[in-house]
Amino acid sequence: MELYFDAQKKLNKFFLDMNFTIEGDRIGIFGPSGCGKSTLVGLIAGLHHPDRGLIRVNGQAVFDSTEKVNIPVEHRRIGMVFQRPHLFPHLSVKANLLYGYKRCAPGERKITLENLVDVLQIGDLLHRGVNNLSGGEKQRVAIGRAVLSNPRMLILDEPLSALDLSLKFQIIPFLKKSCEAFSIPYLFISHSLTEMRIMTDRVLSVVDGRVSGLMTAEELARDAMGKGPVPYVNLLQLKGPRRIDGMQAYRWGDSELLISGNGKEQALYELLSTDIILFKRHPEAISARNLLRCRVSELFEAGSRIGVVLACGDEKLVAVIVRESVNDLDIKEGVEVYAAIKATAFRELG
Amino acid sequence: MATLLSLPFGFAVAYIMTYKKTRGMVVLDVLVNLPLTLPPVVVGYLLLLLLGQNGLIGKWILQPLGIKLIFTWKAAVIATAVVGFPLMVRSIRTGMEAIDERLIQASRTLGAGWLDTIITVILPLSFRGVLAGSILMFARGLGEFGATIIVAGNIPGVTQTIPLAIYEYVSSPSGDAIAMSLCIVSITISVIVLVFHEWLSRRIVRAD
Repeated sequence: MELYFDAQKKLNKFFLDMNFTIEGDRIGIFGPSGCGKSTLVGLIAGLHHPDRGLIRVNGQAVFDSTEKVNIPVEHRRIGMVFQRPHLFPHLSVKANLLYGYKRCAPGERKITLENLVDVLQIGDLLHRGVNNLSGGEKQRVAIGRAVLSNPRMLILDEPLSALDLSLKFQIIPFLKKSCEAFSIPYLFISHSLTEMRIMTDRVLSVVDGRVSGLMTAEELARDAMGKGPVPYVNLLQLKGPRRIDGMQAYRWGDSELLISGNGKEQALYELLSTDIILFKRHPEAISARNLLRCRVSELFEAGSRIGVVLACGDEKLVAVIVRESVNDLDIKEGVEVYAAIKATAFRELG
Repeated sequence: MATLLSLPFGFAVAYIMTYKKTRGMVVLDVLVNLPLTLPPVVVGYLLLLLLGQNGLIGKWILQPLGIKLIFTWKAAVIATAVVGFPLMVRSIRTGMEAIDERLIQASRTLGAGWLDTIITVILPLSFRGVLAGSILMFARGLGEFGATIIVAGNIPGVTQTIPLAIYEYVSSPSGDAIAMSLCIVSITISVIVLVFHEWLSRRIVRAD
């Protein structure tokens, strides 16, 4: 997907003025609430019209004020999943799913109901009314409805923000799987750094109706860490635990991680960079259950702090320490350190 | 008949007033709601001026086409429609305003044009408002007197409505019994219609 945007829109006191070109299949739009993310995607989808400018999707102008081009929203083939499911309450699940499919030209119907039902595991919901579904089921149907309209791209407008944490991480795999299985590029809108790192490769950062940067999700997380007290969050996808002394032992790189609690067969954990303590030498006695021998592969500035990228076999972790600690421990690229992590420092996301 | 004829217009006007936010909407709002505040006799008189032999519509449109409306049942239908129209529009508009805008946007991004969206999303979701508006207008039409008597007269069997008949029987020395019977009929119909309307109104819930 290639998206070119150079347009302006005035809405009461808010003024959106953006100019960017972005390529990729997993693009994020990140920014605080009220910065213009939803307005921007509304302009791309055709729900709102810019005052002037040019918007091109894959080389096709969907809006061009100079050439008087304004493709109606229903012909842009840009599907949307909103913050809330917004299913049609008067239709069954099946009728909701087929709403867009029926309006798609027969030659463009590459995704069928049967394929979709398998991916989203919604076969048993088809004949139910939408008011009888749980929050997670509703959002899965909303994703399916947008996907089944066979769009050339999807706009995921904060589709996880209305869900609680556990539900959020139940929906993410479905969201990723349905876009990957049917090769649909997407724009993912969120103000969550964690969601951005899971869902996107490149991120457009937006502030006050303007583009403030274009970077990878990883760079965005590091950038945010430098701008405020936000800790970097390590995301660890772990599987196949062994049970040891009431804890779960997961294989991770060339080490083993001990995590307290009842771990699942496969789980996503978060670990804050501030929860990692570095030692220059092997400590004599320590209460933390995880002591990893790592090599410092990179150091980066994060405001007044320093981010330390630790290579543990093939896996990487980011720890954050103050500048004085870097000097005291003489931490530099290539040196070996020990990283201590408490078993209770890991938080299961889903 | 007035209710049935007004329905498509009422729906269209309610749609415009709900979804088309432009400056001229205040004028339309005032025009639509004017019969609600004007005395029905004034509405009837204005209709007479408009549709009569020397009226703007009567002289230049109806006469050349050979159509006569004044003092016919058609005039009674028009008078009833004009007087009840604001009630219908208000009810449908309330139903439409209760529809989450995101549902309409979802429909559009799924490939439905505006007419398709009206038929498949807005109409079904505002249906209770449409029904309630129709009932209100019907009830208002049952009691319509002032505008009807001016444009349609009070011709038994042709333009005489229940209120006009009651008026006539009350005016005659031996008509009290029939007038009372008609009053009971009128009250019964009104009570049924209003109870039904109240029941429907309670069930109008915000969509989604």
